[in-house]
Amino acid sequence: MSQEHLAVYEVFVRSARGLDHKHVGSLHAESPEHALMYARDCYIRRSEGVSIWVVESKNITASQDNDTENFVEPMDDKPYRHATHYVLPDSVNNM
Amino acid sequence: MDQQQQNLYRFLVGLGDDSVVLSHRLSEWCSNAPYLEEDLALSNVALDYIGRARMFYQYAAEIEGKGRTEDDIAYLRDEREFTNLLIHELPINDFAFTMLRQFFVDVFYCNYLEELCKSSDERIAAIAAKAVKESRYHLKRSEPWIRQLAEGTDESRRRIENALAELENFLGELFEMPAWEVELAEQGIAVDRKALKANWDEYVQQFLKASDIDFAESRLLVQGGREGIHTEHLGHMLSDMQYVQRAYPGQQW
Repeated sequence: MSQEHLAVYEVFVRSARGLDHKHVGSLHAESPEHALMYARDCYIRRSEGVSIWVVESKNITASQDNDTENFVEPMDDKPYRHATHYVLPDSVNNM
Repeated sequence: MDQQQQNLYRFLVGLGDDSVVLSHRLSEWCSNAPYLEEDLALSNVALDYIGRARMFYQYAAEIEGKGRTEDDIAYLRDEREFTNLLIHELPINDFAFTMLRQFFVDVFYCNYLEELCKSSDERIAAIAAKAVKESRYHLKRSEPWIRQLAEGTDESRRRIENALAELENFLGELFEMPAWEVELAEQGIAVDRKALKANWDEYVQQFLKASDIDFAESRLLVQGGREGIHTEHLGHMLSDMQYVQRAYPGQQW
């Protein structure tokens, strides 16, 4: 069996109840059900998690590195978007 | 050992042998599976069976009371002293064969261990309670593979059919019991294997039917494992499995 026919899945694990699912890696699988089982055997066999999500990688829309100039950098010179940019009036203590 | 202890010892060693032999077979896929993820998954199942073998052997060694350990039982007995049921020792063959054997034993152990949880021997019941959860997961894994291979390409279908033709010879033995096991079953310590056959047959028949595979029932065609009479394959397997302990007695790592 060749890996070329297998889809790639991204794996997200929730390490404990109440926390978010975090991306932990990716794997190949025949189907979403298989992906879930492989994720169990690859990523939580030492009790690293209580819940798993798998998402086929092709279903993720991602920002691109070469878009950085227009996609990310324009945010860098706008300090007024941070609360710390503003001087608090003396009457507002301990904010 | 009195008669009762001897029965219990033989019973536990038989279950331990079933586990350690299948575990070794599954471990032969390590680094050879179709792809990395399946490699890890199969090795994981092998580890579950090693854990099971250890629990049975440890208890057996305690009952024997001669100061032997689980390792002595696993690595220092010869072929004729192994009493595993034959289906566990068959070579891994191809992936379809390995998964079909796994499916057959998974269905069996899901039923068998569930009953063994009710054993009047608390230690055995506790081992069964731990193991049955593993087997339910193993079945969840093997079922989609059988469906996928049976309904996949002409080649995968042919491989499943070949595997079935070979494995059919060894299914009936799963439901056979030696005299000591019958005695223990009457005392509520062991499980009456014969009583599990009808359910197993029906489940497997229905499951395979969905993939258009005819399977009537398990029939007793070959047996001997519990008496130490094995196929030609076990000796070769043990020479691999036991090599290090035989060549370097007491070696640890």
